Amino acid sequence: MKKASIIMIIGSLLLLGLFKFPLWNIMLGAPQYPDPLGMNIHIDGIKGVSEFDLQNIDGLNHYIGMKTIPKAEEMWEFSVFPKVIFGMVLLGIVIGLLGFFNKVSYKYFIGWFVLMSILGVLGMYDFNNWLADYGGNLDPHAIIKVTNPDGTPMSYKPPLIGFKKLLNFDVTSLPHTGGYLMFIGMSLTLVSFWLGRKTSLKKTTS
Amino acid sequence: MKNIITSSIAMLVILLGFTSCNNGNQSGGKSGALSNNIAEKVYVAPGEYDSHYAFISGGYSGNITVYGLPSGRMFKEIPVFSQFATSGYGYSEETKPMLNTSHGFVPWGDSHHPDISQSKGELDGRWVFINENNTPRIARISLTTFETEEIIEVPNSAGNHSSSFVTENTEYVVAGTRFSVPIPQRDMPIKDYKGNFQGALSFISVAPETGNMDIKFQVLMPGFNYDLSHPGRGKSHGWFFFTTYNTEEASTLLEVNASQNDKDFIAAVNWKKIEEYVNNGGGKMMPANYAHNLYDEHTHTATSTMKKEVRVVNPIDVPGAVYFIPTPKSPHGCDVDPSGEYIVGNGKLSANLTVHSFTKMLDAIEKEKFAGEAYGIPILNFEDVLAGVVEQPGLGPLHTEFDGKGNAYTTFFISSEVVKWKIGTWEVIDRKPTYYSVGHLTIPGGNSGKPQGKYMFAMNKITKDRYLPTGPEMEHSAQLYDISGDKMELLLDFPTHGEPHYAAAMEASIIKEQSQKIYKLADNKHPYAAKSDADTKVVRNGNEVHIYMTTIRSHFSPDNIEGVKVGDKVYFHVTNLEQDFDVPHGFAVLGQNNSELLIMPGQTKSSVWEPKQVGVWPFYCTDFCSALHQEMQGYIRVSAADSDVPIKWSLGEDIE
Repeated sequence: MKKASIIMIIGSLLLLGLFKFPLWNIMLGAPQYPDPLGMNIHIDGIKGVSEFDLQNIDGLNHYIGMKTIPKAEEMWEFSVFPKVIFGMVLLGIVIGLLGFFNKVSYKYFIGWFVLMSILGVLGMYDFNNWLADYGGNLDPHAIIKVTNPDGTPMSYKPPLIGFKKLLNFDVTSLPHTGGYLMFIGMSLTLVSFWLGRKTSLKKTTS
Repeated sequence: MKNIITSSIAMLVILLGFTSCNNGNQSGGKSGALSNNIAEKVYVAPGEYDSHYAFISGGYSGNITVYGLPSGRMFKEIPVFSQFATSGYGYSEETKPMLNTSHGFVPWGDSHHPDISQSKGELDGRWVFINENNTPRIARISLTTFETEEIIEVPNSAGNHSSSFVTENTEYVVAGTRFSVPIPQRDMPIKDYKGNFQGALSFISVAPETGNMDIKFQVLMPGFNYDLSHPGRGKSHGWFFFTTYNTEEASTLLEVNASQNDKDFIAAVNWKKIEEYVNNGGGKMMPANYAHNLYDEHTHTATSTMKKEVRVVNPIDVPGAVYFIPTPKSPHGCDVDPSGEYIVGNGKLSANLTVHSFTKMLDAIEKEKFAGEAYGIPILNFEDVLAGVVEQPGLGPLHTEFDGKGNAYTTFFISSEVVKWKIGTWEVIDRKPTYYSVGHLTIPGGNSGKPQGKYMFAMNKITKDRYLPTGPEMEHSAQLYDISGDKMELLLDFPTHGEPHYAAAMEASIIKEQSQKIYKLADNKHPYAAKSDADTKVVRNGNEVHIYMTTIRSHFSPDNIEGVKVGDKVYFHVTNLEQDFDVPHGFAVLGQNNSELLIMPGQTKSSVWEPKQVGVWPFYCTDFCSALHQEMQGYIRVSAADSDVPIKWSLGEDIE
């Protein structure tokens, strides 16, 4: 159980990577942009991959009537997400420590994982909603208006994950370092659950 | 019979097939027949880069052109000494001071010999220097922005030709005078040239961090013509060598009168010795008047300062500083091999090529074996200093470069060829024709201790039938040779712009990564910059109207301007708000008497417009900046001189 608890603690600590590294990354390449423009989505705001990328993305997007990329203070998510992540890290450590001293059972580990997964899915859902609004809520006076074959206005929503062609841009959306660290961390908490369960089963059978 | 022929041909084809297969197998597929494929050696596939940069002098165009090797493609023309309507250089308010001289505004120049800065005898890719021959000046061009940053006028000089070569650590960029003149300039009979005219050799110090130039001292030499020069390097670091002609000191019909002496001189100047003399207070400050023009990357503006004195040194006041080495027949190029031991005097009227030895020179000086003196300067014996002679290599030798592998390459103007010879044995190894009448040649890293000897290109004076005809006037031709093997191989023939005298070239790797993409708007310190739409305004000050204008895809702000009157001096100060690579905006207004502006991202440029007619005149972006470039336009209303239309400006709404 000690080993499992340590892994539980390490797993939740890995979430701290999100305070340093981006959760997600969206890259936009085009014939005119052999060096693609890119945005890194951190839990506390959106940053350009290169110094002027956000400004240049906004500059291009004004032609199709997209809103500018939100500043950190313009979205509640960027103040809430860091608190949630920090809270989950703390909770994970507390559970891990209690597990270490055999105060709680390994089941709390899976409990943490399930809670984190729910929060994660909610976060993704929220992120996807923002992408849909960002790509679809267009200025009716946009300079360039492109419609789908059925006459509805084209949406410039970047993909939640994967690749999509938007006019002249090739858009790729993938998790970034912070995101990967989070996934690894979450997987470790699963491992800790499994280890905890194994040791406890051994105890009961022996 | 027919069958026999057919089957013979068939056999032959099969045999050929086998043969070529064998070739392919032996050489691993790529070489064999393909090794002779010269096109492949110069082909740079779309999207790929050349391996070398070449900075080719534009001669009387006054500029430098940037080429890629081996493709021979031109990438850019950098304006240096001449007005350049393409960017507004020399026309815009910010860059007019760059062309200021003691003779007023000089709108053109004759650029000759580019040279790349060096550290420890190797090219370091910080700056290119180039001389202006006609109104003597030296320019420094940044190799991060590829723009001219500084121009210094050289006083007491006339025909700034033995320039602008740098010493091993870019301590100095050196500028020698081709024409001797009265120093100081004065009204005197031309026939009194002999003994009265002097030639100034200027040592211009280069600040290690900024590159800023300052004339440290001028050596006032006898009234010969100082034709070309090169620095000593390695063992001869601290010396500089200048070829001379017209040691006859003729002032008329030089064609004949300056070709009488069997030998002229190479002047060997120990600049370290003179530097020490000057640092100890030697020489004297002499009244002068020369311009020093500096461009500031942050204000995007040049300033011109007139300097009022220069330090001059009489060479006979510094014993052991200057010697004359007799060199046959009006030598032109003066070239020093990578080791610094050999000094090649390309006697342009001589049948042979003379090579002097630095070691022998030092030895002769130490033993004081002098043949005489000229104006107090010791003359060494030709034989004492001679290292060797390349016998009868060609006609009209001009310039020599080195490959760093023990070989030298000399151009021959009259016989129109490049001759490869071996240093030490002085034997001719190879010769290849040029098309036609070659002047300079360049090997990347040529003027350094470490030539990058893969390519060599020859720059010719005569083009004739090399390209599709374009009337009596045409661009000059250049030929690129592969010099990696024993024999030179002609690879490519490409046109050059203006008259390429010399060129400086180097491996692309160093420069490529440092090339700047944009100017940061946040760093823009131009006094008339408008860094956002909120900063835009129109201000009247007497009959001057200053328009603080911004550009961003795809509009000007403001784009409607009223209240300007006939007789006003209207300054359009245009700031490009873009921070995206390769998104310049242009500015043109109908009836502009100077030139358009081409403004790089983050930059501010100003154009003065003096409207002469009442009306509503359009202005527009000259650079196809975006999908809505054609919409990037505006109007300026010009009222009668006595009208009372107030100053107004707007964007996106009707002007009220």
